[in-house]
Amino acid sequence: MPETRTGLPSLTLVPRASGPQSAKDFKSDQEVRWCPGCGDYAILAAVQSFLPELGLAKENICFISGIGCSSRFPYYLDTYGMHSIHGRAPSIATGLATSRRDLSVWVVTGDGDALSIGGNHLIHALRRNVNLKILLFNNRIYGLTKGQYSPTSEAGKITKSTPMGSLDHPFNPLSLALGAEATFVARTIDSDRKHLQSVLRAAAEHQGTALVEIYQNCNIFNDGAFDALKEPETREQALIRLEHGQPIRFGTDRDQGVFRDPATGDLTTAPVTDANAADVLVHDARAASPTTAFALTRLADPDTLHHTPIGVLRSVQRPVYDTLMADQIATATATFGEGDLDALLTGADTWTVA
Amino acid sequence: MTTDVPSATAERDKQVRRLDRVVIRFAGDSGDGMQLTGDRFTTETAGFGNDLSTLPNFPAEIRAPAGTLPGVSSFQLHFADHDILTPGDAPDVLVAMNPAALRANLGDVPRGAEIIVDTDEFTKRALAKVGYAADPLADGSLAGFSVHPVALTTLTVAALKDSGLSRKDAERAKNMFALGLLSWMYHRPTQGTERFLRTKFAKRPLIAEANVLAFKAGWNYGETTEDFAVSYEVAPATAAFAPGRYRNISGNLALSYGLVAASRQSGLPLFLGSYPITPASDILHELSRHKNFGVRTFQAEDEIAGVGAAIGAAFGGALGVTTTSGPGVALKSEAIGLAVSLELPLVVVDVQRGGPSTGMPTKTEQADLLQAMYGRNGEAPVPVVAPATAGECFTAALEAARIALTYRTPVFLLSDGYLANGSEPWRIPEPGELPDLRPRFATEPNRPDGSFWPYLRDPRTLARPWAVPGTPGLEHRIGGIEKQDGTGSISYDPANHELMVRTRQAKIDGITVPELAVDDPSQSARLLVLGWGSTYGPLTAAVRRVRAAGARVAQAHLRHLNPFPGNLGQVLAHYDRVLVPEMNLGQLAHLLRAKYLVDVRSLTQVTGLPFKAGQLADAITTHLEGDHA
Repeated sequence: MPETRTGLPSLTLVPRASGPQSAKDFKSDQEVRWCPGCGDYAILAAVQSFLPELGLAKENICFISGIGCSSRFPYYLDTYGMHSIHGRAPSIATGLATSRRDLSVWVVTGDGDALSIGGNHLIHALRRNVNLKILLFNNRIYGLTKGQYSPTSEAGKITKSTPMGSLDHPFNPLSLALGAEATFVARTIDSDRKHLQSVLRAAAEHQGTALVEIYQNCNIFNDGAFDALKEPETREQALIRLEHGQPIRFGTDRDQGVFRDPATGDLTTAPVTDANAADVLVHDARAASPTTAFALTRLADPDTLHHTPIGVLRSVQRPVYDTLMADQIATATATFGEGDLDALLTGADTWTVA
Repeated sequence: MTTDVPSATAERDKQVRRLDRVVIRFAGDSGDGMQLTGDRFTTETAGFGNDLSTLPNFPAEIRAPAGTLPGVSSFQLHFADHDILTPGDAPDVLVAMNPAALRANLGDVPRGAEIIVDTDEFTKRALAKVGYAADPLADGSLAGFSVHPVALTTLTVAALKDSGLSRKDAERAKNMFALGLLSWMYHRPTQGTERFLRTKFAKRPLIAEANVLAFKAGWNYGETTEDFAVSYEVAPATAAFAPGRYRNISGNLALSYGLVAASRQSGLPLFLGSYPITPASDILHELSRHKNFGVRTFQAEDEIAGVGAAIGAAFGGALGVTTTSGPGVALKSEAIGLAVSLELPLVVVDVQRGGPSTGMPTKTEQADLLQAMYGRNGEAPVPVVAPATAGECFTAALEAARIALTYRTPVFLLSDGYLANGSEPWRIPEPGELPDLRPRFATEPNRPDGSFWPYLRDPRTLARPWAVPGTPGLEHRIGGIEKQDGTGSISYDPANHELMVRTRQAKIDGITVPELAVDDPSQSARLLVLGWGSTYGPLTAAVRRVRAAGARVAQAHLRHLNPFPGNLGQVLAHYDRVLVPEMNLGQLAHLLRAKYLVDVRSLTQVTGLPFKAGQLADAITTHLEGDHA
């Protein structure tokens, strides 16, 4: 029934909804229990109003989460869902997505869940390129355990477990993802619904594993962590909005640009002038090499967040794990025929006792 | 039993003796191909129709330093013209490919046994390496044995001088020379091995022909040399087998086939999430070869991801399986607890090995029973099944799947290294004999108001409905947080938690398992010998010996460790004394004492090797005498 399938390349096997859907269709009957003012509310609302756009049969959508505030997400969506154990959601989603290619599988995770206890599963999901979409809510703090520093917290962070300041150097989740051979890497912000939904759309379209880092404010334990990217007086200088095929410019009146330093090959920022306007780096999310995308992830200052790129940093095609697995099954069946249990059990060397 | 019989073929002037059973042990360096040699001899023997039992024994290191004691790899095979149960307590024939193999194994060889050695390897240096001050072949220390010195390496190289192989490559075929010689000694059929070698080395015909040549040279050597004056016949064990088609099978292979069969019988695709670990990896290898059965094998990044992926697949409606050994179970514990809470079907195969920690990866033990029973946080009951023989691993896999699918629960299947690698003749089941495992998926709302409750239970089994993604109208969320009875919504209510914990326990306690059968021919035994898992062979052999000596003893063997068979309490109460032999420090005994308040006697061994029937028989006799004291 090809006419009932979605047009999105990554979801061609997923049945389409029989009629129009609205955000309301994706709201479950569960009471939402995040703290008032949590950035998670904005993300939930954005996802609920975005899902109808996909036009997929609701029963073929699955959200899998780990442990943490963000991981309560599946309870609030009226799709199939599993709230699993700490850090393991990518592995569970991998089993589900590889055995059920007619499903649209999403993982919701946080910075502690995905990058600390579940770091191993995250990197391996990315390199395998399983058809699943990972939404990493990064609030740079442990919320559910009441306020310890996380692997994305800035060094020297004073928390309950680090009264003299944390000693750890933080991860840059996007640098990590690119190093892990990710085929789709993007970043967005909880408070910018339009941008968030555009990134979700791109992720949904992607064939393979998509990692979307969502900067999310924890107003209880790390309030204002992303204010530099949100406040009108600072955000134009701090945010670099990436658009594929467009010169990378930012700042008030887009007067700043990203340039490649001819001496080191690294990226730098500088005011754009008539003389250098032609040298502004043009963003190519589809570049085969992840090198420039990696350099873009390194522009941001981890303390001030100045020069933080958002948008799709990388989106390239590579064979998808679950497709390859299905192909092997098809090849084996074509080569050896449908499995014959009796022949298997009998094997080559038998004897008969009368 | 030995009988001299006239030579089977008139033209052979060599003496042929008839034996009722033989135990052969092949021993050499871990690079000498002893496991392959043993496997081939086993296959020849199985095809000939003997009953047999094998015990491969090898180091964890792939190529331990050559010629050293830790590098010795061996393969013991017991075959007979009657029903046998163990790989044999002591070898009648030892094939020692070097001084290390002789030194490491001589202690197990009784006086009078035959020892075949490769004299080429008995150099000063090789002898010194394993601490022989003098050559045991020359110093008279082996006078009590029947030693056959054979220049195996020289003879092999000479036989292959025109093969085009280098001397080094030619030397590597010496295991096939030894196999040829033993095949002659015991009248084994040879065509199968020749066919096997040509298939195995199909892409390297030179190597294939050289191995066939070495094999034949070994056979001819036995036929012509005067050193081997006698050959032996062990007649097929026609009376030992029920009618049917048979093959030889190892525990890991039988278990793999059982999982494929469970997939077929349930109509569910098989999904294996696994991480390589000895001695379970062969199940991953085997299943990865059967993609045309719709089998998906996923080699995960770690043990946790292996079970995680299996749980994800089970959520999607597959038969989810994870395979591992003890250390892997430790890592998977939290995820198994999740499956308990999610109430999804999952088969967890633990091929036990010596522990704790890394322990002894290639050696056998039964010390994960309590880990399987209790090794999770919270009250997290999991059914446990344990096969008794290599062949039974097949039915145990089907049984584990039955319980998992019927009751929506993770199930432990406890195999061990001895079952995994040992092999025995196995009657191939007819397709009609396999159980129907088709589950009923939820397809419709289960509430009068048209809603769906994911934890509304079947009152008979207490299983919750299994509604897989893709089923319209049944969208629901499950998780590891305590949930409200029925609705599945998050709940921290005290009374609800009490109810859910007790309900999950009651579900497992209520699983239907077969009654325990007791073998008590005299109907008047006062001692019961009760075992579980792979000790079945040695236990049964020991009980037979004791009975042959006139004693009365009853025997029973548990295949279900959780829940126990319903009649177990009655069985235990029926006997004055219960002896529980285990390859651990008494884990089943601990469970029985706790549940049934019975003063069971524990008999334990943790050598990494199976019990020997002789030792068990002595122990049983001691306990019998205790009865009369």
